[in-house]
Amino acid sequence: METYYAPKDLGNFAEIGKDAPELAGKFFAYYNEVFTEGELTEREKALIALAVAHTVQCPYCIDAYTRACLEKGSHLGEMTEAVHVATAIRGGASLVHAVQMRKIAEKLSL
Amino acid sequence: MPMAANPLGGGSFGEALAKHGLQLTREETRVLQVNVGLACDLSCRHCHLEAGPQRVEMMDRDTMDAVIDCARRFRFQSIDLTGGAPELVPDLDRLVRSLAPLTDRLMVRTNLVALNSGEGSALCELYRELGVALVASLPASNAAQTEAQRGEGVWGRSVDALKRLNTLGYGMPDSPLRLDLVSNPSGAFLPPPQQQAEQKFRSDLSRRHGISFNSLYTFANVPLGRFRSFLERSGNLEGYLAQLADGFNPCSVAGLMCRYQLSVDWRGRLFDCDFHLAQGGWYGGEETHISTLAELPAPGTMIPTADHCFACTVGAGFT
Repeated sequence: METYYAPKDLGNFAEIGKDAPELAGKFFAYYNEVFTEGELTEREKALIALAVAHTVQCPYCIDAYTRACLEKGSHLGEMTEAVHVATAIRGGASLVHAVQMRKIAEKLSL
Repeated sequence: MPMAANPLGGGSFGEALAKHGLQLTREETRVLQVNVGLACDLSCRHCHLEAGPQRVEMMDRDTMDAVIDCARRFRFQSIDLTGGAPELVPDLDRLVRSLAPLTDRLMVRTNLVALNSGEGSALCELYRELGVALVASLPASNAAQTEAQRGEGVWGRSVDALKRLNTLGYGMPDSPLRLDLVSNPSGAFLPPPQQQAEQKFRSDLSRRHGISFNSLYTFANVPLGRFRSFLERSGNLEGYLAQLADGFNPCSVAGLMCRYQLSVDWRGRLFDCDFHLAQGGWYGGEETHISTLAELPAPGTMIPTADHCFACTVGAGFT
């Protein structure tokens, strides 16, 4: 079945540099630097990336960072908690806007 | 010099070596690895030897005597007892007592669970008395991943065994009794970098269980035996083999264990390593019994390779 997303396409990520090599080079250099251990460990950064991947719902990123988290020594309990953090922020971001709803409704209501 | 016909049929690993201008050759043999049998009280899903409770292959006294005699003839720096679960082999205590004075470092690999039996408990005391180094398998610092690989109930029994070993002085600061951990990933993915994994294990085991150990070693799973069956069943074989090959690290070749050791199985037959043993690739290309070993392999001797060798050269490598 033909689909927009195929797992093997993830391996072709580098090809986006073909027609804009300088920009791609800068992006990938930055990207790799971001994931290098700094104040945060590589394991912690991979967990953050996994949570963000679920927030942006990128299947490539979920595939890549599920494996990365396991290979950095995380386990499914930690990974699931990371996704719940993303979920809480994402859900909370909707819920907190109810403050606007209430404010507007109060202004309009008797 | 290209390799001669490979009895294990490892063309692609040979090509990887050649591409980097490398050969897999022997150095001075310092280590004798003794696989005392395939009987085990666990059936770990990553086991390259398919060891388990149903296996009855175990080293007998005559073969043990041949191993002891070999250790006396050649004086290895290190002797490494493995299995299966060595603790299940009758007369292991006699083998340990005989080998300990014949080497600078006698080490025994343990699944931890086997140490909880009566015999295991007595062996712990013997290990302590003789200063035997212990290398314990523990895939993760959490129950879920440990039991996914090693079976239900294994986590608690492993923790109990580690605590008891600490009580005996193993793995404790300022103690000469060495307790190292070995972690293999609980699935078709590569292990974390060793230093990072060690920090996490140390933190988790100390904080949650008060457990202390010396060092942690992380190794990739070898695509043989029960682990290969899992890879095939789960549709991960092709991807995993590609990942191992893609991760070939030429810098790991110099330190590979096969360059410095001989491996002997429960029948006394010689191999270059425990993985060739699992696949049936003889040392020297033909069946050789340890009792007939007249000299150690000469430095420079070519070591046969196979595709499973990629598991030893991925990332930091298997040294």
